[in-house]
Amino acid sequence: MGVLAVVLAPTLLALDGEPGMHDPSTVVVDGSRFYAFGTGNGLPISVSDDGWTWRRAGGLMQALPGGRPGPEVVARGGNNTWAPDVIRSGDKYFLYYSAPGTQPKSAIGLLVGKTLNPDSPDYKWEDGGPVVWSDGIEDSNAIDPGLFRDPLSGSLWLTYGSYFGYIRLVELNPATGKRLYPNRKAIDVAINSEASVMIARDGWYYLLVTHGSCCAGANSSYNIRMGRARKVTGPFLDSAGIDMLQGGGKLFLGSQGRHIGPGHFGLLDLGDGVQKFSLHYEADLDRGGISVLDIRPLLWRDGWPEAGDNFMPGTYEIESVRTGTALEMAVQGVPVGGPRGRGGRGDGRGGDPIPAQDASQMSATWPASAIDVRMSPYLLQAQQKWTVTPVANAGGYPGSPYFKITIAGTERALAATPDHELTVIPAFSRGPEQLWRIDQLADGTYRVMPKATPESRDPLALSAVGSSMPTLARFHPDTDRQRWLFKTP
Amino acid sequence: MSPLRTLRTLLVIAGALAVTGTLPVARAQGAARANGFLQRWLVLEPIRVAGQLTDSAVQAAVTTPPFPAALTHVPRHGETVTVGDTEVAWHVVGTLDYNLNLYHFAYALHKPTSNVLFWVVTVVNVPREMSNVRLAIGSNAASVWWVNEQRVIGIYNDRQTVIDDGVSKRLTLKPGPNVVRAAIINAGGATDFCARFLDGEDRPITGLTVSLPS
Repeated sequence: MGVLAVVLAPTLLALDGEPGMHDPSTVVVDGSRFYAFGTGNGLPISVSDDGWTWRRAGGLMQALPGGRPGPEVVARGGNNTWAPDVIRSGDKYFLYYSAPGTQPKSAIGLLVGKTLNPDSPDYKWEDGGPVVWSDGIEDSNAIDPGLFRDPLSGSLWLTYGSYFGYIRLVELNPATGKRLYPNRKAIDVAINSEASVMIARDGWYYLLVTHGSCCAGANSSYNIRMGRARKVTGPFLDSAGIDMLQGGGKLFLGSQGRHIGPGHFGLLDLGDGVQKFSLHYEADLDRGGISVLDIRPLLWRDGWPEAGDNFMPGTYEIESVRTGTALEMAVQGVPVGGPRGRGGRGDGRGGDPIPAQDASQMSATWPASAIDVRMSPYLLQAQQKWTVTPVANAGGYPGSPYFKITIAGTERALAATPDHELTVIPAFSRGPEQLWRIDQLADGTYRVMPKATPESRDPLALSAVGSSMPTLARFHPDTDRQRWLFKTP
Repeated sequence: MSPLRTLRTLLVIAGALAVTGTLPVARAQGAARANGFLQRWLVLEPIRVAGQLTDSAVQAAVTTPPFPAALTHVPRHGETVTVGDTEVAWHVVGTLDYNLNLYHFAYALHKPTSNVLFWVVTVVNVPREMSNVRLAIGSNAASVWWVNEQRVIGIYNDRQTVIDDGVSKRLTLKPGPNVVRAAIINAGGATDFCARFLDGEDRPITGLTVSLPS
């Protein structure tokens, strides 16, 4: 078996490497790296080269004089450094962090830098002072910043708050990161929640918050809820019409599988219509119950965001949304159960069950060499069933490792060719043209891309150019050509 | 639909065959031309075969063509070839629709329509070299296709004509005439085909002309 045995267990892991994190910021791409910042001493930095394997990279406060919040921030709030969020504005990054004292006396401080890369000569953070704060008496707890740029106006907004009273909204100056109208009263947009952030789509503004309790491991009831509004300032109503100011909130994501207590939503827009979201789980049961970062597909249904799942290993029919035909290795198919006449005759009672067809029954007639790939109506035949398996230590992309795609029951592997077509090679050998990225798209279908295509620098995607012909082509989000369904055979 | 506004969409350029189709003239012409379908072909009268449509049976039927120079010669209208002890003739046939109906072609000639093999040829004029082009076809039923003697498509089993069903890998058309030919096997019932070229973005290539020896 050799390298073929080196695969991950067929479970849905929340990232790889050192994903441990609590209260993650939005995941941001700077250069070719992904960055996230979390709660902890000095605001711990997590870095990834591919969005799949993460590592710790020190603390952000190390780059500040004294290694701690500035004196004005400490005076308005306290010494702690929790739950940051970050956004790029012009040629700067604005990083907002929670600096609570004895809650609800808290402040949100601003740091300004030019790069997120600690190895860059330009890496430096400057204290921008407190932006918003709560005095410990008012109905607000000024922690958990969430940044939002309105795609329609370009205006910049900050939501914040945690359980003591309201989630509040203020507009920011895109040039300085400070409040644009510091004398205006903050707008209350939700109540009894935390980890707020806004996103927008198709003329709607969505406010996502986290309900429930945190910080109790597998007993944390954290869950992400949402409302939407036609104006950035609200009112944000849930799908039942209940205002989030009165406790409303449609469930976006609760505990699931081996992951308990999702919270702290952040949008990661990868372009081409591919959106993901970051979050943390309060307890990852596969990692001893620690809190971890995860990145998952963001879907949309009936005007509401929906949490997608990273791709699950398994055996599938791979069906083109465009043509309804299934990807197959181009060998002559044999009917399941062998050739026979029309069914439904005789005495009406039928015969014995016909066993499923698999490669062990059919492969003796298949050529040993590389075989073309085509598409046909799905007939449950062996050359139409593909096993999708994560490949360890081969890198990945935001939320997932790369996969190999093999004819079920064989080592015959789907691969990209130098002329940007497809082939099935006799055995998987870990080449980048044999590693596949499978992203779930907003409508729940999938985009399938090789890690690399020989003699091409452009990213290409599996494409149904005809009912019987798959190829590799640039991804066009406005067509069905590169949308695929993975169906259980 | 008024009979006056319909046109039979299978036209015999030289010869007298029954015709088919019910689309309005303007709609049929406009749609087919705008979408790049090749509408003039040399079609050989059907050759009787076993009518097996599996990969192996179809490949066997075309690996040894049923008459000499089947994969290299561009015939003229009225030219005949002998297959076994039967003489069959080439006809120039045009269609105003996206597809060419082989069932009506054979029926009009009082030839068999089931368990038959059709050979078709056309010559496409290309103004300049065109790379990253694909031949895209549909056929009822199985078919194998060549461009300039290079085999580029094989689709098998019983199937209906679907636009862009079989699509070649990327290929290059040379400046001047490029020969497209196909062998289409029908087991029974309706039989027809369509063909066009797609560009590097998978859009139909329009404006190509066809010239056939008369």
